[in-house]
Amino acid sequence: MEPAWHPLVHCLDTLGPDEIAARDATARRVLREQGIACHVPGGADAPWELDILPLVISSTQWQIIESGLVQRARLLNRLLGDLYGSQHTLREGWLPAPLLYANPSYQRPCQGVRVPDGNYLPFYAADLARSADGRWWVLADRTQNPAGLAFALENRDLLSRVLPEAIQTLRPRPLDGALPLLRETLARISPSQRESPTVVVLTPGPRNEAYFEHTYLARKLCCTLAEGGDLTVRDRRVYLKTLEGLRPVDVILRRVNDAYCDPLEFRNDSLLGVPGLLEAVRGGRVALANALGCGLVESPALLAFLPSLCRRLLDEELLLPSVATWWCGGARELEEVQAREETLALRPAWPLGAPPERCGNPAKNLFRASPQEYVGQEEVILSRAPSFRDGEERMEPYYLRVFLVGDGRSYHLLPGGLVRMPGRERLTTSLFPLSQRSKDAWVLGEGTQAPEPARVSPPSSEHTFIDLPSRAADNLFWLGRYAERLEHIARTVRCALACHLEAGGAARFAAVSGLCEWLGLRQPGEPPLPALLDLISSPSRPGGVGDLTARMHLAAFAVRDRLSADTWRLLNRLPSRPETAPANPLDAVSTLDTLVLDLAAFSGMEMENMTRGHGWLFLDFGRRLERAGNLLSLVRAVIRQERDADLLLRPLLEICDSLITFRQRYFAAIRLPDVLDLLLFQRDNPRSLAFQLEALDRAAASLPKALNPDGAARVCWETTALSARARAMNLDAGGPVPRLDGKPLGEELTSFSSRLWKVSDFLTQTYFSHSIPRVS
Amino acid sequence: MKSQLYEITHTTLYRYRFPVLTSHNLLRLAPRRMERQVRLAHTIEIDPAPGARSVHTDYFGNEVAFTSFAEPHRELRITSRSTVAVAPAYFPDPSETPAWESVGPLCCSDRSRPSLEAREFLFASPQVPAGTGFAAYAAPSFPARRPLLEAVLDLTGRIYQDFTFDPTATTVATPLEEVLANRRGVCQDFAHFQIACLRSLGLPARYVSGYLETVPPPGCPKLAGVDASHAWVAFFCPGIGWIDVDPTNNLLPSMRHVTIGWGRDYGDVCPIRGVVSGGGDYPAMEVAVDVTAHGFYEPGTQG
Repeated sequence: MEPAWHPLVHCLDTLGPDEIAARDATARRVLREQGIACHVPGGADAPWELDILPLVISSTQWQIIESGLVQRARLLNRLLGDLYGSQHTLREGWLPAPLLYANPSYQRPCQGVRVPDGNYLPFYAADLARSADGRWWVLADRTQNPAGLAFALENRDLLSRVLPEAIQTLRPRPLDGALPLLRETLARISPSQRESPTVVVLTPGPRNEAYFEHTYLARKLCCTLAEGGDLTVRDRRVYLKTLEGLRPVDVILRRVNDAYCDPLEFRNDSLLGVPGLLEAVRGGRVALANALGCGLVESPALLAFLPSLCRRLLDEELLLPSVATWWCGGARELEEVQAREETLALRPAWPLGAPPERCGNPAKNLFRASPQEYVGQEEVILSRAPSFRDGEERMEPYYLRVFLVGDGRSYHLLPGGLVRMPGRERLTTSLFPLSQRSKDAWVLGEGTQAPEPARVSPPSSEHTFIDLPSRAADNLFWLGRYAERLEHIARTVRCALACHLEAGGAARFAAVSGLCEWLGLRQPGEPPLPALLDLISSPSRPGGVGDLTARMHLAAFAVRDRLSADTWRLLNRLPSRPETAPANPLDAVSTLDTLVLDLAAFSGMEMENMTRGHGWLFLDFGRRLERAGNLLSLVRAVIRQERDADLLLRPLLEICDSLITFRQRYFAAIRLPDVLDLLLFQRDNPRSLAFQLEALDRAAASLPKALNPDGAARVCWETTALSARARAMNLDAGGPVPRLDGKPLGEELTSFSSRLWKVSDFLTQTYFSHSIPRVS
Repeated sequence: MKSQLYEITHTTLYRYRFPVLTSHNLLRLAPRRMERQVRLAHTIEIDPAPGARSVHTDYFGNEVAFTSFAEPHRELRITSRSTVAVAPAYFPDPSETPAWESVGPLCCSDRSRPSLEAREFLFASPQVPAGTGFAAYAAPSFPARRPLLEAVLDLTGRIYQDFTFDPTATTVATPLEEVLANRRGVCQDFAHFQIACLRSLGLPARYVSGYLETVPPPGCPKLAGVDASHAWVAFFCPGIGWIDVDPTNNLLPSMRHVTIGWGRDYGDVCPIRGVVSGGGDYPAMEVAVDVTAHGFYEPGTQG
């Protein structure tokens, strides 16, 4: 073992195996709670896995990597400038023409498009392997969408919490400089002279495996996370569609691959990008990091030519070797590959990624027909590093992704990286999924200082207030509605189960079961108790706990950049898939107790910790609307059960969390007129209809108007009318059928309810008309 | 040398079921300036007027107009008017062109600009994939050491004989293998097919988009709007350059073909490419093209 490891080994010995296991458990718990993941909720999930033992890299080793990759970044940037510019390399025959012309990642529309300062690659990442003899090899270059930085930063963050002793002893070089440097680089490429340019992170959306990283970067860089649909090109400028109207965008940190960025110029079968984006780039009004077309230099075929290109373009020897590669488009190389077919892996020559093939498999015909589409590559046997897995230390093969930031001429290598453990010592592909187990990389010793970031004025708080894309507003609105609906279901079912458990509660249970049927929680004729338990335990029952939780997660995931870490932790506690389904009513009640508390914490977080911007407004609007609607349904359901109405009054108060208030105010037996008064009209009861309507009316008055003044006015007008109506209502509950303003109560509440849902429709039409249909 | 003077009007009308909210378009409608083709005038009228408009030259040297609309519209009319003068094309004596097998290696060893540029057109492209069927079809026209032009003319004649012109048989999305299997299609399909044949033999071939003047039967007046956009093929002959060939009509294009531009396949030179939001599915599209001959033009005599 190298001397650089000794301090870590000493630290671990001091801690002892039990303590290491305990720290490992803590790390896994924190990761789960924070929801750091590279998967879509409900999809084939791959939660982020972190090995708590870091990879230690000595200062000397790092020096080799650093000088090699800084040179390589300069080389690739220079090469991009040549290939998308004068093509000197082709004319001189330094690069064979087919390497470009037959390469699907060569984006012809980008040819000749000017890139400011020739900085094609503000960000660059490389995957490195270390062979048994201790040498470092570049496995692959990541130039169009160098993912993984957020995961590396999170890993370091977590290790500082669970292994503070080791951090203090080894003092790995800090990664604090990464985000400021990133932000400064983005500001520097802005074509506008504005002091604080508008930067957005362009994401393919929540289904992308690196979506977590996109939300992370948007949050940490204080810029808006945008999907293609949130941006539009007008007059050769890119704009963000916000609730206040269009807002010009200066810089796009894109996490969408070249071919999907602009359906007008590249692939037209994709909706991920922004039509007209390249034209805006041509017009010089927006800058992209990285520049469009950069994916070209990810081609494995290029690896074979880098040593000679480096001599010719930079007049330097290539410092860090790539994994040995032969491009089969050349006759001699083809012979070489065929002669060594036993030991070489055949891989695609272009950066579209597919599993490698051995020579002599069924794809041989394809290889014969177009050899230029393949490279032969030597396989690197990965070296191993200590890891902690399943409670014990072992040695596991690893490779390393590192990140560079620069201006095209000089680059800074971030002193750390993302270590991946593929679980085997031979890599079978050059596409590395994010789902592999990871570890942190600790670089020892003093390094060259990161360039001091120039002072970039922080985005004014006004920006974050305004820049709410309508898609995000839509998701926040539904997050509010689903959270409230989930609480409503939880309280209703809990109340029903409590009646079931109550001695002599059979009649009440039957009445509440009837209520549940009317509310649509139980199919007609379905046995009540199994139906209620199924609502809690089935992951897919429509309208059940699992279903609503999954909907909440999806809505929240799409606005993850706007939710605090604590809020996210709470959301992760919600039982999307109950580990143990409650088997009996008693267990079920306790499951629901926990759920109700977690939801209360969530709404508390929303009330106490969220800035009162438009985001909060839409979240709260959704919650109030849903609560008012649910209350109306409940009351209507109760008064319909004329015979059992009295039996249902206490459950009604319980579901509406108003039993205590009632007792304090009325000191009397529970009577329908009092209950209705408390639940419908008392404006100081935060569970009453009047309270919700007033809150809605206030919120409506603050909604943004600029985008659609008529629509906004209509929403306001409706909420004001509803609120006024509730105040002026006159309840007469003395007779056999309660009457409201002289008319039967049930009918009045029904009409009230339909007007309420109209507000939701108007809101949707006004603010989210572009969005996907929802289940309401 | 005398040139034929043409006035061309190319109108495209889209009707949408619902209002289009925004749309972005790339228009490749301007006849290309070439040695034997002079563009005397060219305008594109667009109704409604686009919010933004700019012109650039694309990768293949064709002129592209970018337009975008931000105002809702249910109908879009694009009218391109051009005046061009076309001089006759030069054709070498077929027997004097190089043996076809020598052409591929010549292109690859020669680093002159024309040869380097020609290599762009040796490889499969999105709408002209590689496949074994194409080389097999082409083989009878390419016996050993046959002069290139002679072989290409033979191939053109066979495509003309074997394939039936049938506008109902294909759409822009029909795969080329299907065209080969059914042997039916339109000029675009025949051009793609011939390009696939030539590339499969290692010969550079490109797709040419343009117009063809149609001549009515004797005694009949020419009707308005009967002409059409047309497509044909050009192949590279080292030392001579690009030679056009029209598989749909089995001829060597000269003064009746007006060139708009070229690319690897239709996708590179599609006359109107657009991305629309709103509008509903399947807009109705009407195209009318008039290519009218207006006597002759001699450089220097007309200002």
